[in-house]
Amino acid sequence: MTDQLRGKSAIVGTGHAGFGEAHGLTAYDVMAQSALAALGDAGLKLSDVDGLFCTMMEDSMPALMAAEYLGIQPRFIDGTMSGGSSFVNYLTSATMALDAGLCDVALIVYGSNQRTGSGKLVTASRPPAYEAPYNPRYPISAYAMAAARHMHEYGTTREQLADVAVSARAWARHNPEAFERGPLTREDVLGARMVGDPLTVRDCCLVTDGGGAVVMVRADRARDFPKPPVYVLGSAAESSHRQISQMKDFTVTAARASGQRAFAAAGVSPGDIQAVELYDAFTINTILFLEDLGFCAKGEGGAFVEGGRIAPEGVLPVNTNGGGLSCVHPGMYGIFTVIEAARQIRGDAPGIQLNDVDLALAHGNGGVLSSQVTAILGSQNTL
Amino acid sequence: MSNTTGPDQIFRTALAKNDIVLPRCDDCGAFHFFPRVLCPHCHGTAISWKPASRKGKVHTTTVVRQKPERGGDYNVCMVELEEGVRMMSRVDGIAPGEVVIGMDVTAFVGEADGAPAVFFKPAEA
Repeated sequence: MTDQLRGKSAIVGTGHAGFGEAHGLTAYDVMAQSALAALGDAGLKLSDVDGLFCTMMEDSMPALMAAEYLGIQPRFIDGTMSGGSSFVNYLTSATMALDAGLCDVALIVYGSNQRTGSGKLVTASRPPAYEAPYNPRYPISAYAMAAARHMHEYGTTREQLADVAVSARAWARHNPEAFERGPLTREDVLGARMVGDPLTVRDCCLVTDGGGAVVMVRADRARDFPKPPVYVLGSAAESSHRQISQMKDFTVTAARASGQRAFAAAGVSPGDIQAVELYDAFTINTILFLEDLGFCAKGEGGAFVEGGRIAPEGVLPVNTNGGGLSCVHPGMYGIFTVIEAARQIRGDAPGIQLNDVDLALAHGNGGVLSSQVTAILGSQNTL
Repeated sequence: MSNTTGPDQIFRTALAKNDIVLPRCDDCGAFHFFPRVLCPHCHGTAISWKPASRKGKVHTTTVVRQKPERGGDYNVCMVELEEGVRMMSRVDGIAPGEVVIGMDVTAFVGEADGAPAVFFKPAEA
């Protein structure tokens, strides 16, 4: 996205459904409930939707499946599947489609029943031919190897990784929507079952059900809805690989490029951001993305997150809903970075509501650190 | 018909004969892995195959934790070969947790799920 699209679209509704355990519901049921919640929030109906932006963990044509389920015939669809980042990426395509008049009401939506459905990550992906013989556990082995390399190069410690999970839990404890709200200490994380060295089960995101949706319109009518509009000021993507074995530098992600372009498009810098919502599939993600997005220097992410610096009352509010580590993680988390960023700006965050948020960042990650998408969202004051 | 074999088949046919060969671009001279019909560095399409040095270093590593009754813990790592390419693999012959970054390793052709595959063992001093 270039600055030509700055502020051209706005989120006017957010919604979610099936957080935690959605017993008896299919992934598409949860998707549809999320869509209805977001449209209700915007005061719109399903019949108003003419642009659909959706992918799911199951099926090869999930956007078509979703449209069919919802009983709509959208004139514009985008089902680009870049993993969990897809839903941040759709902010760009939805803005383009709205701006070009290809649709008037864009619905970005996702749903999953992976916890009650199977209890593990549902994926239509096949193991890559040159990795499959070694049985890496998808996706944790990839993130574990990135963490190991970061520790080797920069002296990042398991304690610092653990502090990411502890901070996420500290936010989640205030969020009634969060799945895990019990106390969590650094010792709990370090002493938890090791899953893929150096990561324990508490360094890993939750396996929950859940869905989320946002509704977007062109900026010129964004003030005609019940909730304050949240404008897309900049969004940018960069894709570096699909298989972890093809990642050039295990300590640097494409978030460096996506972040730089998103900030440039929005005309703001990391120091201006009041709420940072990062895709924290594993504790190493938060450290990598804080570095790559420019909140701290490369190699300093461990120290940056240490001892509650990104927890409530810390120096930078990160993953204010509790993140994928403690709030919700139904296979793909990207949509929830957008929803929490938008709600912080609107002033109706479900947990700790920060004061007077005008600028928030949502960052999506897809695959195995493969696809990085950064979006800067802003209030009316930022136009 | 002799020219219809693709890069994946060339690599696997060699492995079946206990040979490890790597694709190298005739234009830029760089090796790449996995095998493909073009050079991912310069996008040239003239590719030659070279016997691998079989010498590498562990670039990063993890232990996949698994209950003993399901086969127990095992190593998964990335090895950087002298040729400059990296491949996912496993270091055999030592405990999975003893595989460390920077360790010198030597490639050999082993078997995974009934098919030949490249594995590594600690290099002899």
